[in-house]
Amino acid sequence: MIERREKLFSYLVLGPFAIVLAFPFYWMLWTSFKSDIDLYNVNDVPFAFGKGSPTTRNYGFLFHHTQYLTWVKNTAFVGIVVVLITLALALPAGYALTRLAGRWGQNVGVGIFLTYLVPPTLLFLPMSWVIAHAGLQDRLLSLIIVFPSFTVPFSTWLLMGFFKTIPLELEDAALVDGASRLKTLLHVVFPISVPGILTVVIFSFSLVLNDFVYALAFITTSSAKTISTGVSTELIRGDVFYWQALMAATLIPSIPLALLYNAFLNRFIAGFTGGAFR
Amino acid sequence: MLYDPAALVAVAEARPRGRWRDLLEERRFLAATLIAPAVIFILALVGGPLLLSVYLSLTDATGGTLHGHWVGLDNFTNAWSDPNFRRALRNTILFTVVSQAIVLVCAGLIAHALTRPIHGRWILRFLILLPWAAPVPLSTIGWLWMYDSLFSVVNWTLVHDLFPGHHAFYLYKVVNWLPLPFGDIDRLNPPQWLGNSTLALVAVISVHAWRLIPFAVVIFLAGLASIPTEVQDAARIDGATGFRKFLYVTLPLQLPIATVALLFGIVFTATDMTVVYILTRGGPFNSTQMLTTWAYQTGINSGNLGEGAAISLYLLPLLFVVAVLMLRFARKVEVS
Repeated sequence: MIERREKLFSYLVLGPFAIVLAFPFYWMLWTSFKSDIDLYNVNDVPFAFGKGSPTTRNYGFLFHHTQYLTWVKNTAFVGIVVVLITLALALPAGYALTRLAGRWGQNVGVGIFLTYLVPPTLLFLPMSWVIAHAGLQDRLLSLIIVFPSFTVPFSTWLLMGFFKTIPLELEDAALVDGASRLKTLLHVVFPISVPGILTVVIFSFSLVLNDFVYALAFITTSSAKTISTGVSTELIRGDVFYWQALMAATLIPSIPLALLYNAFLNRFIAGFTGGAFR
Repeated sequence: MLYDPAALVAVAEARPRGRWRDLLEERRFLAATLIAPAVIFILALVGGPLLLSVYLSLTDATGGTLHGHWVGLDNFTNAWSDPNFRRALRNTILFTVVSQAIVLVCAGLIAHALTRPIHGRWILRFLILLPWAAPVPLSTIGWLWMYDSLFSVVNWTLVHDLFPGHHAFYLYKVVNWLPLPFGDIDRLNPPQWLGNSTLALVAVISVHAWRLIPFAVVIFLAGLASIPTEVQDAARIDGATGFRKFLYVTLPLQLPIATVALLFGIVFTATDMTVVYILTRGGPFNSTQMLTTWAYQTGINSGNLGEGAAISLYLLPLLFVVAVLMLRFARKVEVS
């Protein structure tokens, strides 16, 4: 009886929230298939298709008349390289700070996390000067160098919590068996840290996708843009908004990413509860 | 585990004992070696630019160059005396506090409901987490379209008869009953979400809350998953159900993790520039400027680098105080 009431409560909460939270995406999908005449007719019911709709012309425009695919490729490239750099720096640091450094490790860890609070909006002014002087403007390399400045502190902190939950006995056993500390790290600790690593991968990648300021400041050439700035700077020309193409451009990366996040969510939650926050 | 002592000795002796090897076995040395790259990297990429912008904030540097004359704290006092700055500061706090209040309540409810084994949970979870997957610079454009001055779907839904037939149903009539911080909605003159100072604030807050709810849900789900089943069982045996169980069992155990969700929410909202930049550019008439956008406006658009840096720097102590307090609180709750 109680169980049933609780289930009903769940549906009553989740139903409306799912509608409100997902509505913008439904709306993007709908808009992306509309023709111009239909979209800009105030008398048309926006939830129905009118004259000339549905059409795939907007997708054709996006793929053939803009550099959208290049931006997607750039974003994926930058994202993957940044994630690799992040793991290479944050994994050893996170481990050493929790397991090898003793008491001051915790303090350094908190210090590293606090640097995450320094917002890009503060750093991008001096950074764009440095990037310009290094001749890196308009090159993806500039983003690859700068993005780890926020992914590394975040990931190190996340991994510190994660390593705390790995039983010490496992490492001790390996050490007693005669493995070196470095070997223990590579063959014992990292393999069982997969949920934590996955958490870091997902978080770093989504932090990269969400950046706007650096990409806006460093890159002005169309062919070197990432989706976050490419879409908003090239599909909005002055007062002209290519609404349907804009909506399509947003949907295309969002849906696969959402599926990916959902597929990994349970392992991800395991990584988080693993003790990032205890 | 059982070890054969003879084998152990053999392994230990067989190990080559190079000097470098020994050094890596030395705990402190290994720790330093593993930590150094990350720390050096962070110092170079965050520490360096941070110092540079502190220096900038004390000079009258303008766009194009980084060289200016020393002006002491003038930039800070100038910024402070500007009413636009005050408003930006107020807005930063307003956006953060209101959107986080909404996020915590909604995410708490959603996460709680999502833990029950109900049909269609996967699809509901997928829909609820969607805003998190979309890059903010893109999804904000979706909102820009939904709040459009002429073709706003939000307005269409509010002022049109949703169930044509005998009994007309207008959503705006329901909305007008609610005690909202803006005036009643007029059917013939639908709200200009991005053109009216008060409504634009509402619009910005709505986008921030919308994009951060899924993130908080994920953290809460993790928190709920970490509550030991014994505790749940004990609560059940003691007869605690529904709201009482939530209040006395779930909520206290959730506090540390809720603090973390809140901390990230605060950082994400207060340091974000994207939402306001895309949605309103700080307008109408600077009514939705935040510290971040105001710094951008002053530093880049007006070319006043020094003052722009000073404005961003005001954000820093605020964030540090919040972060330190919350980390300390989270630890305290856990210990007790």
